[in-house]
Amino acid sequence: MEMRERINPTVLDIRPSGIRRFFNIVSEMKDVISLGIGEPDFVTPWHICDAGIYSLEKGITCYTANAGLLELRREICKYLERRFGLGYDPATQVVVTVGGSEAIDLAVRSLVRPGDEVIIPEPCFVCYDAIVRLAGGVPVPVSTDMEHDFALTPEALEAAVTDKTRLVILSYPNNPTGAIMGRAELEAVAEVIRRHDLMVISDEIYGELTYGGEGHVSVASLPDMYDRTVVVNGFSKTYAMTGWRMGYATGHPEIIAAMTKIHQFAIMSAPTQSQYAAIEALRNGDGDIDRMRDEYDARRRLITEGLIAAGLSCYVPRGAFYVFPCIRSTGMTSEEFAEKLLHEKRVAVVPGDAFGACGEGYVRLSYAASVENITEALRRITEFVAEHKK
Amino acid sequence: MDNKIALLKLLEENPRLTVAQLAQMADIPLTEAEATIHECEQNHTILGYRTMIDWDKTDLEAVTAFIEVKLQPQRGEGFDRIASHIYRWPEVTSVYLMSGGFDLAVTIQGKSLKEVAMFVATKLAPMEGVTATATHFVLKKYKDQGVEFVSAGETDHRNVIV
Ligand SMILES: Cc1ncc(COP(=O)(O)O)c(C=O)c1O
Repeated sequence: MEMRERINPTVLDIRPSGIRRFFNIVSEMKDVISLGIGEPDFVTPWHICDAGIYSLEKGITCYTANAGLLELRREICKYLERRFGLGYDPATQVVVTVGGSEAIDLAVRSLVRPGDEVIIPEPCFVCYDAIVRLAGGVPVPVSTDMEHDFALTPEALEAAVTDKTRLVILSYPNNPTGAIMGRAELEAVAEVIRRHDLMVISDEIYGELTYGGEGHVSVASLPDMYDRTVVVNGFSKTYAMTGWRMGYATGHPEIIAAMTKIHQFAIMSAPTQSQYAAIEALRNGDGDIDRMRDEYDARRRLITEGLIAAGLSCYVPRGAFYVFPCIRSTGMTSEEFAEKLLHEKRVAVVPGDAFGACGEGYVRLSYAASVENITEALRRITEFVAEHKK
Repeated sequence: MDNKIALLKLLEENPRLTVAQLAQMADIPLTEAEATIHECEQNHTILGYRTMIDWDKTDLEAVTAFIEVKLQPQRGEGFDRIASHIYRWPEVTSVYLMSGGFDLAVTIQGKSLKEVAMFVATKLAPMEGVTATATHFVLKKYKDQGVEFVSAGETDHRNVIV
């Protein structure tokens, strides 16, 4: 038997991440300015690193409780109450995971039965489609567009619901568009969700990164949405802690118990020194959040105005650290634009179709990059767009 | 934060940006940004535009010393007059009045150990009002004015695309 035939066909059928493929091209090249990086360019604030190091020095190198240190779960609950008005019981409603990624996987595996349909607004982060397939579910992409500020509309949601629909994945502030959904927009889709008795996974990993306006609103804080919603959050983006692999999920005790059961057998417990660092982040990190958010905000205005001045139409992002300009005016596909820009100007961006078919015609730029790199990249992109004007 | 402070912080970090770019980042009108910077240059809130250079990475020979200076305070003048006699020397790059075991913290830059030692022996120590000096040579600069010298340039460990 061929080795390939021994592999689970579900895994073989999963499309490799479009980001990954592009990464292989870029990593071979020199002198590239990369605006393709979906993680903070800050290093973890030192007091947080120090807390992780100190836990190692004290010799705390063992497993923790499966759901995570109770002290950490308490701090998570205080934090969610303080920042987003969400109340949870630390003993039964929180599980600490290996990044938000694991929390998404656990939530999907706990809620989705084989054949269930899962509605996924696109463009979006690349993991949901694959995770749903691995759980035996059927991903149902729903397009969002620039005319509606890349928010999910109740009409589009309604049109995608069937009698097999079980779950909707909301991911706002959004990677790659920078869209957010405010209270009014969430309320409109919540009405559809309640009417069809659906569940929600709300990936709020960029919840601290919103700019101007009312700030982040969690869908779980809306009437009759609390028990329907599993909130996924984490430390990667909020505190520049991607490598620590720290995330968590909160929700109804029965769902969290199911997720903790999977976590217990697949993972045991999240990394212990990272959990100690996370406690420090939640206790003394609010100032770091504000400092990094202000910095991203300044770069957000710089890059958005620069792209518009270069002649690209562009939704002004309101969250996360991405901007998603439309590149149709150049007559190129996303893929062509990204490859030509890379080869001709040595600037790396990610083609929009990596985030779902409706991302075609757009590219994603990350402004988790230094101001020097952003201004130099803008200069090159401006030249590039002028040279390829149709 | 008020607009002026926000703009000055951005300018301090990004002195090579255009005023238009700084105004975008601070989210204030260009005319306001131009007027604020002009005013701050006029009233010496902005004292100049400097570049951080790690001279150890070049062939230029340079030595920095940190000198503790004890003084005899002068009637009616405190330490100000003698401090001004010290900071006017071009070799002197900073002078701080300190609390604690000595009075002035002075940094001196020179081409060689000998040059710096000679400056202290012939200019600083004999100065009227100076009662004692202790010279400490800098062996390695780890961080200066908020900039880490050791790790600079090797700080981005991220994959090029994620
Ligand atoms: C929308 C979104 N969710 C989740 C993640 C995963 O983050 P982590 O597993 O590091 O918490 C990312 C990372 O890029 C993301 O963009």
